[in-house]
Amino acid sequence: MKFETPQTIEAATALLAADAGARVLAGGTDLLVRLRAGQIEPSAVIDIKRIKGMSDITQEDGGWRIGAAVPCSVMGEHDGLKAAYPGVVEGAELIGSTQVQGRCTMVGNLCNAGPAGDSVPAMVAAGASVRIAGPEGTRDVPVIDIPLSPGKTSLAKGEFVTSVFLPARPARSSDAYLRFIPRTEMDIAVVGCAVNLSLNEDGTVKEAHVSLGAVAPKVLDVPEAAAALIGSKCEDAALEALATAATAAATPIDDKRGTVAFRKDVSGVLARRAAKLAYTRAMGEKS
Amino acid sequence: MAKDEFTPRTFKVVGTRPPRPDGLDKVTGRARYGADMSAPGMLIGLCLRSPHAHARIKSIDTSAAEAMKGVKAVVTRADFTTTPEDQGTRDILDNVMAGEKALYDGHTVAAVAATSRSVARAALKAIKVEYEVLPHVVDVDEAMKPDAPVLHEGRQQESVPKGYSQNVLARSQYGHGDIEAGFKKADIIVERSFTTAATHQGYIEPHACLATMGNDGQGDLWCCTQGHYMVRNTCSAILGMDAGRLKVTASEIGGGFGGKTTVFLEPVALMLSKKAGKPVKMTMSRDEVLRASGPTASTSIDIKIGMTKEGKITAAQGEFRYQSGAFYAMNGALGAMCGFAPYDLENLQSVGWEVVTNRPKAAAYRAPGAPMAAFAVESVMDELAKELDMDPIELRLKNAAEEGTKSAYGPTYPAIGLKATLEAAKAHPHWSAPLGKNQGRGLACGFWFNFGGDTCVSLMINPDGTVSLSEGNPDIGGSRAAMTMMAAEELGIPYEHVRTVIADTATLGQNEVTDGSRVTFAVGLATIKAARHAIEIMKTRAAATWGIEPDAVEWVDGAAQPAGPNAGKFPPMTLKEIAAIASNTGGPIAGHHEVNAEGAGVSFGTHIADTEVDPETGAVKVVRYTVFQDAGKAVHPDYVEGQLQGGAVQGIGWALNEEYIYGKDGTLQNAGYLDYRIPVASDLPMIEPVILEIPNPGHPYGVRGVGETGIVPPLATLANAVSRAAGVRMTSLPMSPPKLLAAIKAS
Ligand SMILES: Cc1cc2nc3c(=O)[nH]c(=O)nc-3n(C[C@H](O)[C@H](O)[C@H](O)COP(=O)(O)OP(=O)(O)OC[C@H]3O[C@@H](n4cnc5c(N)ncnc54)[C@H](O)[C@@H]3O)c2cc1C
Repeated sequence: MKFETPQTIEAATALLAADAGARVLAGGTDLLVRLRAGQIEPSAVIDIKRIKGMSDITQEDGGWRIGAAVPCSVMGEHDGLKAAYPGVVEGAELIGSTQVQGRCTMVGNLCNAGPAGDSVPAMVAAGASVRIAGPEGTRDVPVIDIPLSPGKTSLAKGEFVTSVFLPARPARSSDAYLRFIPRTEMDIAVVGCAVNLSLNEDGTVKEAHVSLGAVAPKVLDVPEAAAALIGSKCEDAALEALATAATAAATPIDDKRGTVAFRKDVSGVLARRAAKLAYTRAMGEKS
Repeated sequence: MAKDEFTPRTFKVVGTRPPRPDGLDKVTGRARYGADMSAPGMLIGLCLRSPHAHARIKSIDTSAAEAMKGVKAVVTRADFTTTPEDQGTRDILDNVMAGEKALYDGHTVAAVAATSRSVARAALKAIKVEYEVLPHVVDVDEAMKPDAPVLHEGRQQESVPKGYSQNVLARSQYGHGDIEAGFKKADIIVERSFTTAATHQGYIEPHACLATMGNDGQGDLWCCTQGHYMVRNTCSAILGMDAGRLKVTASEIGGGFGGKTTVFLEPVALMLSKKAGKPVKMTMSRDEVLRASGPTASTSIDIKIGMTKEGKITAAQGEFRYQSGAFYAMNGALGAMCGFAPYDLENLQSVGWEVVTNRPKAAAYRAPGAPMAAFAVESVMDELAKELDMDPIELRLKNAAEEGTKSAYGPTYPAIGLKATLEAAKAHPHWSAPLGKNQGRGLACGFWFNFGGDTCVSLMINPDGTVSLSEGNPDIGGSRAAMTMMAAEELGIPYEHVRTVIADTATLGQNEVTDGSRVTFAVGLATIKAARHAIEIMKTRAAATWGIEPDAVEWVDGAAQPAGPNAGKFPPMTLKEIAAIASNTGGPIAGHHEVNAEGAGVSFGTHIADTEVDPETGAVKVVRYTVFQDAGKAVHPDYVEGQLQGGAVQGIGWALNEEYIYGKDGTLQNAGYLDYRIPVASDLPMIEPVILEIPNPGHPYGVRGVGETGIVPPLATLANAVSRAAGVRMTSLPMSPPKLLAAIKAS
């Protein structure tokens, strides 16, 4: 097995294009675990952390561009990012433990393509996109289009993600992410839910996005659930309608982590709780 | 012997909290665990494991693996040509290397030793096993049915009535009185059925060993175990060699909790080494530990208890069905003996069933069999308390066993501490603290026998007046500190002057495994006796120096002195002074003691838990937890507290989320710590331990074992707390969120 540390995007795409068995390494908190467990045997590991810009968080068109190698703990220490997208940051900060936080990345979480990735629903609800570099140049793709099914992404041979972009947002906007795990940490989401809201001046919801994780083969965008909130002030009736829509949208499986009925129920519960939290934040109140 | 018995005294060392002698090594990484040993020319051994729950092994072709460069030995069952004499050891052999059938997912069918791990891995892939997959059964109730797939033919004991599957190996019954008459006298009867899932001890350190077998027929084995004498005896029987030719050294141990009271890798590593002519190291991965070491039994239990309006039990009945994996284990019987042990019962019938299934063979896990039984019995007690609108402590005090009570399993109790734990719980602020929204409080009692057994200790007085103590029991909970303290106490010298080591099997006589909460009791007793033996010799030396009779010398505060004015007037001779001239007064001085220790005092505990239930998700938070347990005498209170806290935490995991999950194909679905959910630190409140000291009459210092009782009450304690918080009785463990939410919604 070869280990490569390219210094440029072009060098990295060239290495990836040349070797079908090559794998990208960001924080390594998924890759190295799977390597040690004997689940994967890559012919080469391409570490992208040395590439310029890969570890930067920068403002762009009023939004934020986050490099593919930015560890989640760094996001948690970034005041601007936290103020704009508290839900995205809290999703990223739920991953693993302090040790894992120092290494893991949102892009790694996304490209691992696990249905339960904690940072993914809030990125989807935020309408985030990723920039992909490949042998043919770069392209921008909505986050929701990256995972295809468990373990599979839409990236083509030779391609890798260089950054995530969180768009500029109007005033009175905020978001929240909640997950359910049987323990308090070091666990994998049984259900995850992100809600992203923009409010009118009168406090009614102008725009809403609801995204569910761990209840389908890939992250879900649930417009029916979001629609339940439009025009409301997240009163009980609206939240109930939201919960019902979220429960209906979830298509989970029975497995060692939870039953279908449980995951559907909890999808609704978390949607309700996350919406309340996002609403409180958007109103500028302390949550 | 009168001196075995407890005599009240004022302690100087016992009861204090000195630093543990193995502490620095452990926090600096210097301590050597099972996988930390290497030898020149060492090979790496790996096991090939069955992917099937139940399959006939039609053939194994190892030729391609053997032909690989770097592969030095491949073994299968065909290499084990000795048939051990007793059934228990034959079962162990069948468990460590499958014979005609693979009996569970993860069962070893072959093993290789190679020059590197990657070569060994490649060699495993090159072994061709032809399986005929057979129907399997993993559930205890299913396995008992007459048409269930059968694991072993002809192993059923006569105690089993007709109409059951051959998988039901034994039935045992305990109790006394007339239950029918007793139930007739009852004003209220509650009858419930319960289930518990299999759990794993969850020790941090995976099994590991380094085996060396020479061409001269002599062997050395380094391994992580709770009992290296057991390892020696078992491995030598399996390999067909004299026990004296195999020397086993116990490594430091990163937890065991009963799971390291048998062998898994060791006989295989020895056989590989024998065949390869080189040392072989084997270490299990976590996945292997979960699939193929010794978890607990899963159970299905029926309990029926009748009471008068006043809360006095008139009759009790229990059926304890335990599946212990692929081989016989006595777990149902232990459950049947322990479940009702806290109570004074006129009429009792308690029946234990031992059932085999296509799962790894259960090993001991802290008070094996008792926690599940207590869960069932104490849940019914709680329901009766609710029905009768009685305080759960009062209800238990009304029925609590005490000195003179005929126990559920037969013998009559000497002085015991159950009532003391209940009274302490009643008086503790926790019992009367207010509860918040969605919170509930649970209480339960638990019992464990404790054990003594074969024990040898040697205590050497060194020329400089320091003391070297050798014992033969791996130190799994701070016992070197406890032994050091008891030796120092008895000799009257400082703690720092004694060093205790765990000797290998060639150094001391037979020692039972570190199990049954026996070590601080039994090895402590032998240590005190060995110290007294050494003191006798030192008194003789002083007497000779002074020219008086040994009888006229007494031992006070670490020195010999004339016993009274009539004995003569000599200044005391300290241990150090006697040691310095030992060579001239008769030679080196050492005390030793060998005993099959009896008189291990039984132990009781009472636990209180407050839990908060999220009614929308079924999530449970443990808000507060207090443990009350009788320790007899807490030699080193830190470690006693640690045992009480550790038992509670493991019980909380068992109650809430830990569980062996099998797929339809009978394979284990959660062989890792992501999905086998042990509580993490942030899941738990600080567990408050309250130590009670009701001296054990059978130990010179009053010591009782404390290691196991702590895991007996928590399952029931949590179930009672959660049931009260959620307003629905939970009869199935674990009370994982999906299960609890479903129960809440159904109620
Ligand atoms: C102890 C522990 C706890 C964990 N807890 C959680 C948790 O709570 N929630 C959760 O969601 N996850 C959890 N994880 C999983 C993991 O930490 C996360 O998925 C993490 O975000 C992965 O990021 P990484 O940078 O370490 O990815 P890596 O391991 O470096 O990569 C992951 C995958 O993505 C690919 N990849 C990485 N970067 C790129 C890129 N730029 N372009 C294309 N492909 C790329 C890699 O080839 C690999 O297949 C945990 C892991 C561990 C070990």
